[in-house]
Amino acid sequence: MPAVQETIDQVKAIDVDQYKYGFVTDIESERGAKGLTEETVRFISAKKNEPEWMTEWRLEALRRFKTMDEPTWARVHYPKIDFDELYYYAAPKSVEGPKSIDEVDPELLATYEKLGIPLREQEILAGIKPENRVAVDAVFDSVSVVTTFKEELKKAGVIFCSISEALREYPDLVKKYLGSVVPVTDNFYATLNSAVFSDGSFVYVPEGVRCPMELSTYFRINEQNTGQFERTLIIADKGAYVSYLEGCTAPQRDENQLHAAVVELVALDDAEIKYSTVQNWFPGDAQGKGGIYNFVTKRGDCRGKNSKISWTQVETGSAITWKYPSCILRGDNSRGEFYSIAVSNGYQQVDSGTKMIHLGKNTSSRIISKGISAGRSQNTYRGLVSAHRKASNARNFTQCDSLLIGQDCGAHTVPYIESKNSTATFEHEATTSKISDDQMFYCQQRGMSDEEAVALIVNGFVKDVIQQLPMEFAVEAQKLISISLEGSVG
Amino acid sequence: MLEIKNLHARIAEDGKEILRGVNLTVNAGEVHAIMGPNGSGKSTLSYILAGKDDYEITEGEILFNGENLLELGPDERAAAGVFLAFQYPIEIPGVATMEFLKTAMNAQRRARGETEMTIPAFMKAVKEKAADLKVSMDMLKRPLNVGFSGGEKKRAEILQMSLLEPKLCVLDETDSGLDIDALRIVSEGVNKLRSPERSMIVITHYQRLLDHIVPDVVHVMSRGRIVKTGGADLALELEKSGYADYVEDAAA
Repeated sequence: MPAVQETIDQVKAIDVDQYKYGFVTDIESERGAKGLTEETVRFISAKKNEPEWMTEWRLEALRRFKTMDEPTWARVHYPKIDFDELYYYAAPKSVEGPKSIDEVDPELLATYEKLGIPLREQEILAGIKPENRVAVDAVFDSVSVVTTFKEELKKAGVIFCSISEALREYPDLVKKYLGSVVPVTDNFYATLNSAVFSDGSFVYVPEGVRCPMELSTYFRINEQNTGQFERTLIIADKGAYVSYLEGCTAPQRDENQLHAAVVELVALDDAEIKYSTVQNWFPGDAQGKGGIYNFVTKRGDCRGKNSKISWTQVETGSAITWKYPSCILRGDNSRGEFYSIAVSNGYQQVDSGTKMIHLGKNTSSRIISKGISAGRSQNTYRGLVSAHRKASNARNFTQCDSLLIGQDCGAHTVPYIESKNSTATFEHEATTSKISDDQMFYCQQRGMSDEEAVALIVNGFVKDVIQQLPMEFAVEAQKLISISLEGSVG
Repeated sequence: MLEIKNLHARIAEDGKEILRGVNLTVNAGEVHAIMGPNGSGKSTLSYILAGKDDYEITEGEILFNGENLLELGPDERAAAGVFLAFQYPIEIPGVATMEFLKTAMNAQRRARGETEMTIPAFMKAVKEKAADLKVSMDMLKRPLNVGFSGGEKKRAEILQMSLLEPKLCVLDETDSGLDIDALRIVSEGVNKLRSPERSMIVITHYQRLLDHIVPDVVHVMSRGRIVKTGGADLALELEKSGYADYVEDAAA
């Protein structure tokens, strides 16, 4: 039937081109030497004019890294990464430290405009209500290009800048919190990141302040054979609130690119941090060639009583995703949340989930995970919920749903539940379903095409999580999910 | 409007023949009832009209307003004006009934090259038709068919039908699972849609639906063929004598 033929044609047409952000920016770039050596680490540290203690901190991480083995427990398969064949630092030549927007290379501004991220404040201001403004830190390869609305945020007492800048301007704050949630020795990729991280965002919201606008960082990998190692540190002091968004894209390249980030969140007494990610790294082409290897350590520490950390993630990109945004519920009455949509298509491999570590009394956590697998992809939810001896009345609710599209994909659920306190209450619900032929036919009988029908059914499936995203990102996320699943039926 | 000529079809998976030469002509404005025992091929005929791909057409053709219907995909048939009210409406979890209606409506409009309906105009249309069918706002907010009672499901089907304004309505055992009050509401909804430009095929086992939706023509189907055609009184006759005569006729 023609409808089927049409679908096949569509699939052929979009297989490779469906990733909209695959372009390369032609810009002169400065790279550090190839390979993971002490020299490389010193080079990065010198580039950033870092204090001596920081250089030492990095070198310690490097020494440690050399003794570690790559973890193999995740359900992902890829050829061994040769860390000496990679570049660890790349920066557009024109960027030397923080600059005002007028000094930023127009080529870079054009790149971000193409990605839909305007960086000129006056352009952002035009037509947007103050309460809907978003401040952006734009990270291009290894450096932060520009941070918007810095001055306005400063008036509220909020520090929002690149981590390199924070190391120079606010060394005491950085020294106090850096590595306090994800220690240098935490895991293979976090240790690697500690040695060679080049940039990322730093946020400090002082006591009692509600951050007046959404903050966001937009990561872009451009250079070839270059890993991106960013480091984000967000601190919400007592009673503070901040909502932070992270977006990421990369050019379409034949070889795999490594992205190993560390994100640390600290919430003190009565503070709340809401961290949302829309991850759209290049997933590789239809044959599974290329794409980003995304090995990320994200962890939040509910350090103070009554604090709250909430992770929301929409994962559609990357060839490999290895990522477990977690919460340490240290403070009494603290609360952790994890809302996740992980979409995989083509040959993508996702191993993602969360850890909720209950340490304090009356702590609670909630996990809603929605995995959607299509094509030949493999999608694994891996999660740990644990209550320690003193975590009396700890509560967790986990709901873990998987949706399969087609015959060749896989969904896997690996929950770990450990309770050392008899007053803890943990609930776990899981479902696996398929988009049925009957559902497809029903939607088509009402006039929807294959793709419209899948998009509608999938949007229904992920609704609980989409509702957690800030409004403007919810719409974008919905579109992104539809695009990622284009050509998944036929 | 609709011309089915010598239609033979079998189940694609196991090759079992279900339709063995169906001939049926439905003119614009007519309501045809198709009755017959279980397994006679009534539901299969409705699925084939809507384009379900579980069947293989081995012989014959279907013309819809002169166009070869079998060459169109199910969504294209819907846009062309074919609507099937399902015997067992399918659940779509997480998708509010209202949202489903809007998506379907706009998909059809786009396919026909029309502009999408504005939200106020759409809301107005839904509210009007929903009130006729006693479909509450609360029901419109619930995910389509999820946890709906039998009556709610059938009312939701007729609501979709009245919003989408199809040219050919195929109702597959719309009376099954309905109590007397629900049957009346649904039938009134269907009758409201009768018009000189719209044709209907009403598939049912029982006369009682045809008391409410009075057909112009009644067909009896048995073993994959239409074995008898008559007026509305044929249904009454069947109610008395049952299908036994026709089953034997077809076998002979």
